[in-house]
Amino acid sequence: MNEQNQPSAEVVPTGTSDADAVRLDQGHIHGEGGYPEAFENPGLPPHTPRLTDIDEAAAKRAERQIAGLFTLSIIGSILFLVGYFTFGVDARNWFPGVGVMSTTHLLLGAGLALGLLGIGLGVLHWSRTLMPGEEIVESRHHLASSDEQRAELADTFVKGVEGSQINRRPLIKYSLGGALGLVSLPILVQLVGSLGPLPKDDLYVSAWSGLPDENGKRTFSAPRLVLDPENRPIKASDVTIGSVFHVQPEGLLDLHDHVLEEKGKSSVIVMRLDPGDFADNDLGRKARDWGHDGIVAYSKICTHVGCPVGLYEQTTHHLLCPCHQSTFDVTQDCKVIFGPAKRPLPQLKITVDDEGYLIAAQPFMEPVGPSFWERD
Amino acid sequence: MKALTSRRHPAALVLLLLIGLLITGSVYAALAPKQATAANGSASQIEDGRKLFESNCSTCHGVQATGTPDGPSLVGVGAAAVDFQVGTGRMPMVAPGPQAPRIKTEMFDQDQIDAMAAYVASLAPGPSSPTADQIDASKGDAGKGGELFRVNCAMCHSSAGAGGALTRGKYAPGLKNVEPKHIYEAMQTGPQSMPVFNDNNITPDEKRDIIAYVQQTQEHASTGGQSLGGYGPVPEGMFAWIFGMGLMVAAAVWAASRAN
Repeated sequence: MNEQNQPSAEVVPTGTSDADAVRLDQGHIHGEGGYPEAFENPGLPPHTPRLTDIDEAAAKRAERQIAGLFTLSIIGSILFLVGYFTFGVDARNWFPGVGVMSTTHLLLGAGLALGLLGIGLGVLHWSRTLMPGEEIVESRHHLASSDEQRAELADTFVKGVEGSQINRRPLIKYSLGGALGLVSLPILVQLVGSLGPLPKDDLYVSAWSGLPDENGKRTFSAPRLVLDPENRPIKASDVTIGSVFHVQPEGLLDLHDHVLEEKGKSSVIVMRLDPGDFADNDLGRKARDWGHDGIVAYSKICTHVGCPVGLYEQTTHHLLCPCHQSTFDVTQDCKVIFGPAKRPLPQLKITVDDEGYLIAAQPFMEPVGPSFWERD
Repeated sequence: MKALTSRRHPAALVLLLLIGLLITGSVYAALAPKQATAANGSASQIEDGRKLFESNCSTCHGVQATGTPDGPSLVGVGAAAVDFQVGTGRMPMVAPGPQAPRIKTEMFDQDQIDAMAAYVASLAPGPSSPTADQIDASKGDAGKGGELFRVNCAMCHSSAGAGGALTRGKYAPGLKNVEPKHIYEAMQTGPQSMPVFNDNNITPDEKRDIIAYVQQTQEHASTGGQSLGGYGPVPEGMFAWIFGMGLMVAAAVWAASRAN
């Protein structure tokens, strides 16, 4: 085993108080080396009887405990039925440790819990105390059938193939192969077809690029920003400094179908900062230029996993995502300053129309929301 | 008078202009949207408020309420801001920190708060406290309020109004037992980290709907039993893991142990 690097066979006692103490690097004792042929089976530890095996009173006590647990289960089931039939759904009562809650719900839950738990714990206690406590060994056996039986089965199979004449008649062989191959298609086609239509450019466009017409085509029409859910257009003068408006593109809230799918991509948060609050760098200047007089609009969909980033602190100008605490700095074009998000929130370029209402100057210039496989 | 009817007096044009301006001015004053209304406190009330302000607030906000490095200027914040901050015990701030907490205080009675509010409102126009009608939850539509609450408030205050954490030690406070007046004023003035929700964003009627919703969520106890504070899935999951899993581990240890 350890032919190289053989330690000294000598034991060097060190220290004075304890004669057995050795230095770690010198204290190895060179043994014979190697292992025994096989470890001997130490066998089972000697059986010691349980109290219930030797004391009839203890066994009686265990019996009563088991029966008690089963009775608990019975009481639980009855409680469930009482809760189900005697109390109305609206009946509420105060319960210790829980507070005010619906009586029927409490009885249903607690009753079913006791009903199942009583049986489970009762059976466990039964097996621990009264069922046989002797340790037993069950040997493993060879599981295969005898050689004759196996040969007979192979023989039957070969004879069957011969009897079907499949090897002599290729027409049957190949037409069956074709039929079996094709019959899988109806199942596969259904499966693949049910995965839905291809996403096409769905992840790249939002309702700010226009709402889809019958052919699914979107044309940008500089939509007004409208308040969600009131569907009111917003005048630039309405947005006072420190304000937050949650907006959607005009027309989206009037849709009948797919409102939520569209909303999921087009939710935008509008804030007004003092124009002097923007950072004096390229990011801050871009953010200010894409806004109107300090009013800026950003996608509300977090670039991490798509939660709505709605927590705006008007004192620090930070936008916080409630899911994973990604923090975006509005004064620096929503740069990520904390958290798992990797990209800034996309900005929506806004301006005002002739009547002074806020409108989108262009659609989002990049896909909103979390990253996806094909995204640049 | 004769001269006026027969022949225009030289002063007629000036008079006509004056009358025209007067009418336009009064009509405008009557019809123009009132963005900000100064509290019309009496002179003595303003004077009382000034004294209270100087002894309690001026250390941080400055003797002229124009702000110091320790506290912002209060010119133009309006009576609503004073009523909210002092009425909820946030101001005067008891200790420096990331945020002034809401505390129960008997420091000022409502008359004193009103006096300070009148003084601050006299500095420059700002939002005034809501009328009793504006905060009457029974006139609000809790359903519509809920919709508005989920879009505008729930991200910080949680859909149950239990509040939640913000960045660097700041937090959105819970809305339980907050007076309707203070909810209204908070939306109106945007205290501390909270953004402003002016009357063009959430109209006074909609603010009342939100108050109705907040009250509704508090008055109707949940039927689901212990709500664990309504903080959402994290504490609920933690409760299930610690107590539920703990119980299951204990049961497994008991089941596998040998009976005596």
